[in-house]
Amino acid sequence: MSEPTVKRFMYINRRAPYGTVYSVEGLEVALIGAAFEQDVCMAFIDDGVYQLKKDQDTSATGIKNFSPAYRALGDYDVTRLYVEGESLQARGLTEDDLMALTYEDEDDDWAEKPSIRLVSREELSGLIDQQDVILHF
Amino acid sequence: MLHTINKSPFEKNSLESCLRLAKPGHDILLIEDAVYAATSGTIVSELVEAAMEDKNVSVLGPDLASRGIDEARLLKGIGIVDYAGFVDLTVKNDKVQSWL
Repeated sequence: MSEPTVKRFMYINRRAPYGTVYSVEGLEVALIGAAFEQDVCMAFIDDGVYQLKKDQDTSATGIKNFSPAYRALGDYDVTRLYVEGESLQARGLTEDDLMALTYEDEDDDWAEKPSIRLVSREELSGLIDQQDVILHF
Repeated sequence: MLHTINKSPFEKNSLESCLRLAKPGHDILLIEDAVYAATSGTIVSELVEAAMEDKNVSVLGPDLASRGIDEARLLKGIGIVDYAGFVDLTVKNDKVQSWL
């Protein structure tokens, strides 16, 4: 039997959480893609960077806080979350404002490493160009 | 007149259109994704600060908390209201318009 085809998938997230359903749906689809053992990474640009903002507390609104679910990505081998620095800067944010998301590196004695990778617009442009499938949410 | 805005200022021009047409003395309440407009150091901070000179700009606290925005990160002088405060604003004003 031939080996299953593994494609490079990038999920590009451009929307803020809660105001629309895009971000929570995008997260679910990324997890599904990873469960099918594809090579999945995610990019957070524009208002998508707000999805990773730490200290989200929805208790007063009655909306479900889905931000803890991003912590599951590492267990599904989604270990590359690219955040565009220019998008953070336009919103008065820095990397310190984001959740500390990590994964355990099986090639390095399961050392815990950060999943969030701050990249420039130019670097992200290059990364997008390397993908086989690009999906937007 | 009360204006509510619920769209991110970085994605839609609802905030910009509202501020362009609102009159001095009007109440402006930022809700849902529009609460990001209340934060300091953004590319729309100056626009909101200019509006605050002659309008009453406030932001809905529960929507800020949902999005992980600490009150310390808000523009100076912006008011924070809870749901009861939202009701007070709608009662106080004879007209309400929602900028979507």
